[in-house]
Amino acid sequence: MSTEYQTLAKDGLWENNPALVQLLGLCPLLAVTGTVTNALGLGIATMLVLVGSNITVSLVRSWVPNEIRIPVFVIVIATFVTLVELTMNAFTYGLFMALGIFIPLIVTNCAIIGRAEAYASKNNWYHSAFDGLMMGIGFTLVLVALGALREILGQGTLFAGAELLLGEWARDLKIQLFSFDYPLLLAILPPGAFLGMGFLIAGKNWIDGRRKAKLAKAPIEKAQRARVTTVN
Amino acid sequence: MSFFIAPSPHHHQKRTTTTIMRLVLLAMVPGVLAQLYFFGWGIFWQLIIAGSTAVIAEMLCLSARNRSPVRGIQDYSALVTAALLAVSIPPLAPWWVIVIGTVFAIVVVKHLFGGIGHNIFNPAMAAYVLLLISFPVQMTSWLPPVTLAGDTTSFIESLRLIVFQFTSDGYSVNQVRAVATGQLLDAVVMATPLDQIKTDLAQGLTLSESLRNPIFGAFAGHGWLWVNVAYLFGGLVLLQQRVIQWQIPGALLGTLAVATIIGSIVAPDTLPGLNIHWFSGGTMLAAFFIATDPVSAATSNRGKLIYAALIGLLIYLIRSFGGYPDAIAFAVLLANLCVPVIDQYTRPQAYGDVRGGQ
Repeated sequence: MSTEYQTLAKDGLWENNPALVQLLGLCPLLAVTGTVTNALGLGIATMLVLVGSNITVSLVRSWVPNEIRIPVFVIVIATFVTLVELTMNAFTYGLFMALGIFIPLIVTNCAIIGRAEAYASKNNWYHSAFDGLMMGIGFTLVLVALGALREILGQGTLFAGAELLLGEWARDLKIQLFSFDYPLLLAILPPGAFLGMGFLIAGKNWIDGRRKAKLAKAPIEKAQRARVTTVN
Repeated sequence: MSFFIAPSPHHHQKRTTTTIMRLVLLAMVPGVLAQLYFFGWGIFWQLIIAGSTAVIAEMLCLSARNRSPVRGIQDYSALVTAALLAVSIPPLAPWWVIVIGTVFAIVVVKHLFGGIGHNIFNPAMAAYVLLLISFPVQMTSWLPPVTLAGDTTSFIESLRLIVFQFTSDGYSVNQVRAVATGQLLDAVVMATPLDQIKTDLAQGLTLSESLRNPIFGAFAGHGWLWVNVAYLFGGLVLLQQRVIQWQIPGALLGTLAVATIIGSIVAPDTLPGLNIHWFSGGTMLAAFFIATDPVSAATSNRGKLIYAALIGLLIYLIRSFGGYPDAIAFAVLLANLCVPVIDQYTRPQAYGDVRGGQ
């Protein structure tokens, strides 16, 4: 039982991370990661939708005919996206405006429909919920890492505009790491997102490669050669 | 005694990468001298900074990839990349511009894609685009040609401007630029000829009105004409030495000429003529030195024609209808992207093979 949860957590966060390994949902990933705040906002929104849609799809899975499962999944996902969108509109209006079209576009995020198809439609609801949560956290972490990278390189700040997400008190969260005379515009522009994403994936593969090399280097017990013939 | 039987071709041109790259560098000398004459000592310092950065970056990359750093830099390819970038950026741009560009060219564009021979994009042009979209102000601050402005910054002062962004008298590049520009007949903001045409046309002037600006000589952009002629000369030497083939420069300049002539016939008031397109901006440098990069260009002869024609057409389209005054870097990168497809469809027929063969 617990091993299933462990596998799900490991897959979602690292081994089968939706952004770094499956490369799904790249459109919002690349478009809104200009700052940590935007990245975190979209990441949390995606995570909520993912958990909700995974639970619902898993609960209705035995009543959905195989032929029309995709439209049903899309309707379920769209419902949750609407919920999240209206909630953000009500409580984090600034962030809602900043993310713009990318909140409704969560519907088309392949990471979500991919999980519904690959996991939730075949497993019970609590496992599906946990899977959605872990995939969502994995996605959010990559978004935040990329957002931090681009925000530091492009503006020299971290958590700029956090008040949009967390309320007025968060205005003081903004950290000015250093200031440029001339900001590296590239980091803010779309090519910076692609380059940053490439470096993140390369970093992950590098860590995996080193781990594998370490495992391979672990000493194997040498087989003792037994002498079966006598020396004459 | 052993007889060594190698497969064909049996006739070799005993040229190594080193020899070719050295010839390319030598052929750039006339163009660099012309730039030195018309745009001051800045270009000299840019070449020094770019060259040393490129060598250091190349050596670090090679040792990180467990290859011999000394043997790697001996092929001069890093220096050619550095030189192409250094002559493309404004001579008095701050030192960190050229350093960021060179490091990006060598580390990201060249070595992350697999080192020499494996880069999809032309390193110098990819770096130029990076710089242009990251630092648009620094990358468009060209001083007017020295011969036009009369006064110039000295050898040491130009180094000061590059390193500290100020002369010993405390003038910034923009102030030097303003002084140089103020000495002209009417104190217009000085830009490169192509930039000037673009701005004037946007303000509703006709082409012939724009050409009355003092930065235009009788034929093309003042100074730029001779820079282009010098690069043309260097390119012809390369052609004569058979370092490059005629296909790329020929098709590039040819397509540009055809497009320009059609454009001038259709809209003579708004589309500049051949003299401007060939002899202003970086056309000759692009045709003979940049587009001919053997790694990122197409391979077969027919492929080269298509590849270079595409660059020529893109240069014309972006210059005439795009947002940027010059278009070499964008055109070359876009054509680089098409190279795998071009190579796929222009594979030469093997001797003895039947066309469309079974």
